[in-house]
Amino acid sequence: MESPAQIPVLQARGLVKRYGNVTALDGTDFDLLPGEILAVIGDNGAGKSSLIKALSGATIPDEGQIFLDGKQVHFRSPLDARKQGIETVYQDLAVAPALAIADNLFLGRELRRPGVLGSVFRMLDKKRMLTEASSHMQDLKIGIRSMRQAVETLSGGQRQGVAVARSAAFARHVVIMDEPTAALGVKESGMVLDLIRRVREKGLPVILISHNMPHVFEVADRVHIQRLGRRVAVVRPHNFSMSDAVAIMTGAMAGEEVTNN
Amino acid sequence: MFERITSSKEGKGRTRLPLTRRNGTLLLLMAFFCQLGLAACGDNTNTASTGAGAAATTAAGVAAATTAAGAAAPGGTIQIGLITKTDTNPFFVKMKEGAEKEAQAKGAKLLSAAGKFDGDNESQVTAIENMVNAGVKGILITPSNTKAIVPAIQKARDKGVLVIALDTPTDPQEGTDALFATDNKKAGVLIGQYAKAAMAGKPAKIATLDLAPGITVGVLRHDGFLEGYGIKNGDAQIVCSQDTQGDQAKGQTAMENCLQKEPGINLVYTINEPAALGAYTALKAAGKEKDVLIVSVDGGCTGVQGVKDGKIGATSQQYPLKMATAGVDAVVDFAASGKKATGYTDTGVTLITGKPQTGVDAKDIQFGLDNCWGNK
Amino acid sequence: MSKVITPNQTEAGASDDTRRMLSQAFSVSTLGPLIALLIASAFFAIQSPRFLTGTNLSLVVQQVMVIGTLAIGQTLVILTAGIDLSNGAVMALGTIVMTKFATDYGLNPFAAILAGLIVCALFGALNGTLVTRLGLPPFIVTLGTLNIAFALTHIYSNEQTISDLPAALTFFGNTFKIGETAITYGTILMFVLFFLTWFVLQQTAVGRHIYALGNNPEAARLTGINTRRLLIMVYSVAGLIYGIAGLLLISRTSVGDPQAGQTDNLDSITAVVLGGTSLFGGRGSVLGTLVGALIVGIFRNGLQLMGVKSIFQVLITGVLVILAVSVDQLARRRQK
Repeated sequence: MESPAQIPVLQARGLVKRYGNVTALDGTDFDLLPGEILAVIGDNGAGKSSLIKALSGATIPDEGQIFLDGKQVHFRSPLDARKQGIETVYQDLAVAPALAIADNLFLGRELRRPGVLGSVFRMLDKKRMLTEASSHMQDLKIGIRSMRQAVETLSGGQRQGVAVARSAAFARHVVIMDEPTAALGVKESGMVLDLIRRVREKGLPVILISHNMPHVFEVADRVHIQRLGRRVAVVRPHNFSMSDAVAIMTGAMAGEEVTNN
Repeated sequence: MFERITSSKEGKGRTRLPLTRRNGTLLLLMAFFCQLGLAACGDNTNTASTGAGAAATTAAGVAAATTAAGAAAPGGTIQIGLITKTDTNPFFVKMKEGAEKEAQAKGAKLLSAAGKFDGDNESQVTAIENMVNAGVKGILITPSNTKAIVPAIQKARDKGVLVIALDTPTDPQEGTDALFATDNKKAGVLIGQYAKAAMAGKPAKIATLDLAPGITVGVLRHDGFLEGYGIKNGDAQIVCSQDTQGDQAKGQTAMENCLQKEPGINLVYTINEPAALGAYTALKAAGKEKDVLIVSVDGGCTGVQGVKDGKIGATSQQYPLKMATAGVDAVVDFAASGKKATGYTDTGVTLITGKPQTGVDAKDIQFGLDNCWGNK
Repeated sequence: MSKVITPNQTEAGASDDTRRMLSQAFSVSTLGPLIALLIASAFFAIQSPRFLTGTNLSLVVQQVMVIGTLAIGQTLVILTAGIDLSNGAVMALGTIVMTKFATDYGLNPFAAILAGLIVCALFGALNGTLVTRLGLPPFIVTLGTLNIAFALTHIYSNEQTISDLPAALTFFGNTFKIGETAITYGTILMFVLFFLTWFVLQQTAVGRHIYALGNNPEAARLTGINTRRLLIMVYSVAGLIYGIAGLLLISRTSVGDPQAGQTDNLDSITAVVLGGTSLFGGRGSVLGTLVGALIVGIFRNGLQLMGVKSIFQVLITGVLVILAVSVDQLARRRQK
């Protein structure tokens, strides 16, 4: 153990969620440490998505507790979670393709002009949104020239970049990414993984859900393995083999709680 | 690592104003509004040659449709406007043909327009405005909404345009300078008298297939029929009254409904021949066509054929052609002498039947066919 | 590490506020219709010397006034990937309410107008609520409300045309002169409405939300926009605008006519489509609709001046619509 015990940024204990007869979460625990990229892997039906939904406010767990920065929280909706600083990059990106990059970045959180123009006439401060959008993209080293371009004119990787930049711009505590490389080719996947590292560099921990083992093992600091509604193991990629991780995931190998090492 | 991905066309050639799509739009829009502005400041007569105009016309593919004879020269030729309820009813088609012929004969130009449906007031208002603006001397109109059209007509009359109602009076009738129409009451009376004579004292169960609520033509014919028959509204012999909008399909439905209500109907008054033919179809389907007398108004060729075929007992024939030609003549006279046509001019109505009854003046089917309107 | 362009460079030429605003006003989709409008105007000007006069052009705008205003509301609805078949009927109902209240019940004309506007806005709210709560396609919902509004209009008016209206009701039909030309207040009101709608759509957050809602409703919802409330609001505002169209109709014809507006729903959709707005939602501009409405008006007016049969106007409008949509599709494909 190198570092002193860190307070997890996001933590869950004993989460239970049932859908009728199906138990999706069966007393799951979860820890996300500051400044890390935590991948969440698990087979279908392991409760991955239910876990993430509970953490991002999309569902309310039947039992269990969630702590943000050590304080207990109850998320009633995704908007709730967002207000507390947890941003999600959805699998289908949730961008409006016909709208400009800057528009998408500030969708729902638009900037208004100062003074009367902004308060009475509710005029948008388009110039400021363009410049700020540019700088957010620049922070993540995404090289798109004009923020006025429609998102639909971008490639898959660039669109992913826009969605990530949006979350990174507004997240205060956590960025959750759901299958970010699923629809991308090799080169663009590489770009997105770089992007994820830069988000971490900004100081934001990232929860990464992915089916793609090589990507997970390339970019994650720790890997949370979910199986049958519980966390069965947490491993560090650099001293754990991919095939063993898959084995734990499928139940071929028993998992052990490996928290820090 | 991300490479620089540039996909925008902006940023090139910033030293001069690039003709981007947005700038081009701006320029075009400014041009458009300049054009408008210049026009607003004064009358901007465009003296482009008619040769270019003709070429452009054929290029646009609308060659077949112009009713103008030769180039438009508003200075010399009298322009007359004709506004009908619709373009499609053969009654109005005949009216328009007659007007065109007469206008050509008198050396005038006819501008025509129509509503999109029976009851379309707004199109007729628009047409009046455009025609007045085009410089017509007079407007002939069959009003779709006899009350609603009056203010627009008044505006035209205030500008010195002669306005004559054809076939249907406005409400009030003085809304137009003159009215050239069938005496719709008389049309009803004639068939009412005929029906009374034809029924020869048999107790009658009468169905009236009417037009639509509140429309004067329908009311006049209906009331005329009752008067000719010798009864009043509310008489016990009237067992069913339905609206048909003068439409054949609706006439059929109306007859079917009436038969359901009272299977013993033996006399049917119909607002016009399409309704009558629809009623006949319903009666035939019920096997009753031999037992029922149908009377109607219109005198269209299809209707007279219906009389010939024994479907309709008698019909009052009206003369849209006469309305149109008389209207055109009136406007031409007005242009020449400044004298406006006034009041009501009866364009005539004749009873047509194959089975004349004593005491009721009628003409035979051949006469009907010779004078009918529509497709022969 | 790859080098990245600084923000200053990219936005260098765009520092002029007004120029950018104007340029944003006329997006790509409006350019085509505008060209068509100019070509058509030029053509008709050649055909008839009366076409380009101030009086005639003022007439065109007046004749376009009602459909144009209806089309503003229609644009809002279509931008959300919906469609409103009920607008003509709702407008007619509004006119009957306004005129009946002012004449039969002797109400203060302003109260009568307000009543009519409220009825129309409520119908809009009904449309919006049915679309959001029941999740039914707008086509079906507005088809239903079309029939309801139509029936109510006829029942309430008892088929009677209402005339002899108080002057306040027909105020917008009054004119003032610029040089030789008479311009009606109603057309000014229409232009004002277009400007206001443009402003909201292009310069405010609500406008962005409407576009997003039409383009990707799920994305809009996930970014925290209250899509249900927004949709109901759009339909309600559209309803209110239909009420204003009704007021303009009254001012033009000086009567309350239950038969009015029967084909106006399709005409308003035509104006929107001709103006380059996509029926799939999320794309287009309300100024395009203005251009589209003017195109229809100019064609009708110009053809009538030429003496062309009115049935051909219908044919030509149909051809125009197909051309407009095809050009838009081609341009979009090329852009990609």
